[in-house]
Amino acid sequence: MAKTVFVKDTAITGKDRTRDFYGFFLGGLREKGLENDVQLVRVADIGVYGQGMVVRVLPEDFLYVNVQDSDIPAVITESVIGGKPIKDKLFTQASKQARIVLRNCGVIDPESIEDYIARDGYQALAKVLGEYTPEKTAQEIKASGLRGRGGAGFPTGMKWEITRKAPGDQKYMICNGDEGDPGAYMDRSVLEGDPHSVVEGMIIGGYAIGASKGYFYIRAEYPLAIARIEKAIEQCRKHGILGEGILGSSFNFDLEIRLGAGAFVCGEETALIASIEGKRGYPSPRPPFPSIKGLWGKPTCINNVETLANIPVIILKGGSWFAGIGTEGSKGTKVFAVTGKVKNSGLVEVPMGTTIEDIVYGICGGALSGKSVKAIQTGGPSGGVIPKEYFQTKVDYESLQKMGSIMGSGGMIVMDEDDCMADIAKFYLGFCVDESCGKCAPCRIGGTQMLRLLKKVTDGEGTRKDLDQLEQISFAMQKASLCGLGQTAPNPVLSTLHYYRSEYEAHVDKKKCPACKCEKLIRFLIMSEKCVKCGMCFKACPVGAISGNRESGYLIDQTKCVRCGQCFEVCKPRAISRS
Amino acid sequence: MDKAVIEQEVREIADSWKGKEGNLIMVLHQIQNRYGYVPREVSLVLSEILDVPLARIYEVITFYHFFRLTPPGKHTISVCMGTACYLKGGAEILGELEHLLCVKPGETTKDGQFHLEVVRCLGCCGLAPVVKIGEKVYGGVKKKDVGDIITQYSEDSEAKTAA
Ligand SMILES: Cc1cc2nc3c(=O)[nH]c(=O)nc-3n(C[C@H](O)[C@H](O)[C@H](O)COP(=O)(O)O)c2cc1C
Ligand code: SF4
Ligand code: SF4
Ligand code: FES
Repeated sequence: MAKTVFVKDTAITGKDRTRDFYGFFLGGLREKGLENDVQLVRVADIGVYGQGMVVRVLPEDFLYVNVQDSDIPAVITESVIGGKPIKDKLFTQASKQARIVLRNCGVIDPESIEDYIARDGYQALAKVLGEYTPEKTAQEIKASGLRGRGGAGFPTGMKWEITRKAPGDQKYMICNGDEGDPGAYMDRSVLEGDPHSVVEGMIIGGYAIGASKGYFYIRAEYPLAIARIEKAIEQCRKHGILGEGILGSSFNFDLEIRLGAGAFVCGEETALIASIEGKRGYPSPRPPFPSIKGLWGKPTCINNVETLANIPVIILKGGSWFAGIGTEGSKGTKVFAVTGKVKNSGLVEVPMGTTIEDIVYGICGGALSGKSVKAIQTGGPSGGVIPKEYFQTKVDYESLQKMGSIMGSGGMIVMDEDDCMADIAKFYLGFCVDESCGKCAPCRIGGTQMLRLLKKVTDGEGTRKDLDQLEQISFAMQKASLCGLGQTAPNPVLSTLHYYRSEYEAHVDKKKCPACKCEKLIRFLIMSEKCVKCGMCFKACPVGAISGNRESGYLIDQTKCVRCGQCFEVCKPRAISRS
Repeated sequence: MDKAVIEQEVREIADSWKGKEGNLIMVLHQIQNRYGYVPREVSLVLSEILDVPLARIYEVITFYHFFRLTPPGKHTISVCMGTACYLKGGAEILGELEHLLCVKPGETTKDGQFHLEVVRCLGCCGLAPVVKIGEKVYGGVKKKDVGDIITQYSEDSEAKTAA
């Protein structure tokens, strides 16, 4: 591999300086006359996050973090030319992580099939085409214990076997790249950072189930991911990896891309199929399952992006190798997008069975400074919360479910003491109500009613009876909704009610929001003993709710106050209380 | 818009998807790419060319949030209200934008400069709260920065960069 340098600004705040830095680096290379010998690339994901400007020098794979513009000459002379690391700038990966899915992300140039091939790319495909029957291929995946990473956790090998055995002349493979969970971006990173591994997973899947055609369904909000997959498909066609007689075998397979158009429900497999067929994304009752009757009525296997990215490694290293990682019922690793109120937010890949504590504190550095973590949420709008008292819980399908949450697709949102659980529940439910397709009544009506009740609660107008009613509607929705969206939409409400009932009760009994989040329940008061009568609050109030003068002091008229918090922020002696 | 021109453009787009089953959504994506939205005149032409009822086209357009029936503003401001951005104060940023631009989400300013919309996760949650203007993503946005950011896009600063 030629000399290559990747750059990426990973700073959490401020403007992305990658472009400027790239310019300076290129200037540095020019000074040494190296601009044609060294390939300088701006990458979308470099594998570390929140570490300032990050530079990766290949093939040696030196990873430097928090690089300043003034460090550029040293990096060029020492590492690019000299091939030696600069010790004190070198980044060491947190050891609790394991990289299977993200093995290539930030390491290879995602637009180069040669790079992918140099890292054993398409070897797995060659292996199954040369040595394995389709049955044996599915068998190997079955032996690995791999379960779907899209949410439901269905065993992938079994899904392949069922689809293969389903009667039908034409079968389809679909990659679910809809990534609907708001607040998660694992699939985006894989599609952008290592598109070929997903393509390879698709072709192997196609071979195993006996499909000649596959579709990538990718959300339109991810233009770079779409472009990368498009390019990967084109490169494969040129290399004889897609099309007729793949790699000299008798297997034919081709891939096409279809775009989502901003509908969360289209992540649900039957809705997704309707969408690929060019229709409204309405779910349909299962059974029949897509493996029997899917796209255009033909047997169809739908797999998630991360599921597919696991496939090539499993084939190369063997199912039993993969089954050796993780826990009894959950094998391999899981990628999480850890975000929210956490010091180092970013993608984390850990073996199944790692504790939440290790992820939140060990890898991600715990709460933001001065705050303490309250809980995490997994599974997005279909999941639930886990309070920090239970952070010894292992992340695997069974344990998370036992805690009233789910693995989901990999969103892990960290919340701190400033976050109100009733408000969070309202947020998720509001999302599901927006995204409900409206086909069935339990979800359409139940969701709206629940949202109304939650608004009542967070506005301080709720009663204990409303809390009971929330639970009743939840159970009805879980039982009677047509698709996974409606069946799981009440989960965030039920789980927050379970763990934080007292917080809900404070809203309805005392009309107080313990986290000071629910606007309607906040009161701003001027504490006369601390007030220095400077009048800053008087000037800051946008609605004229503060009256008084510099002699007599100031007073907030609660009926006029819109609770914007401006007075609270400008008051230097902290004489305004918020409760 | 001139009907003949539309017809030719739409025909080109439709032809590239000819014979592919379930192509309507992909054709609509390309139409929106071309015009910025899906104008009624275009839907009428498309209905003829693809030989699908206009109602079918509208049924699809109105189901998916991504398609729009009215022209977008010159600059589209997308405020992320995904979970990570919500927790980190996305609502506050949205409020400030509504206040500064005097529009609600889904509306365009009177001068046609800005179109404000709410999106659910742009896939860069590590940078929350996130605002996207056109193709440019702003991360870690603070309420007080909002004004500065949009002034960069208003008319006269553009004249300056052009000069
Ligand atoms: C409302 C809803 C949204 C979903 N969204 C996604 C998604 O964004 N991505 C995904 O891979 N699976 C999603 N799923 C799960 C899919 O229906 C399906 O189970 C999955 O794609 C199967 O792939 P796997 O077996 O590899 O996990 C969603 C399910 C429901 C009910
Ligand atoms: S549960 Fe909700 S999203 Fe699913 S089919 Fe019913 S209305 Fe549509
Ligand atoms: S919170 Fe806002 S509206 Fe209320 S008194 Fe303070 S500045 Fe005025
Ligand atoms: S939640 Fe805003 S970018 Fe993901």
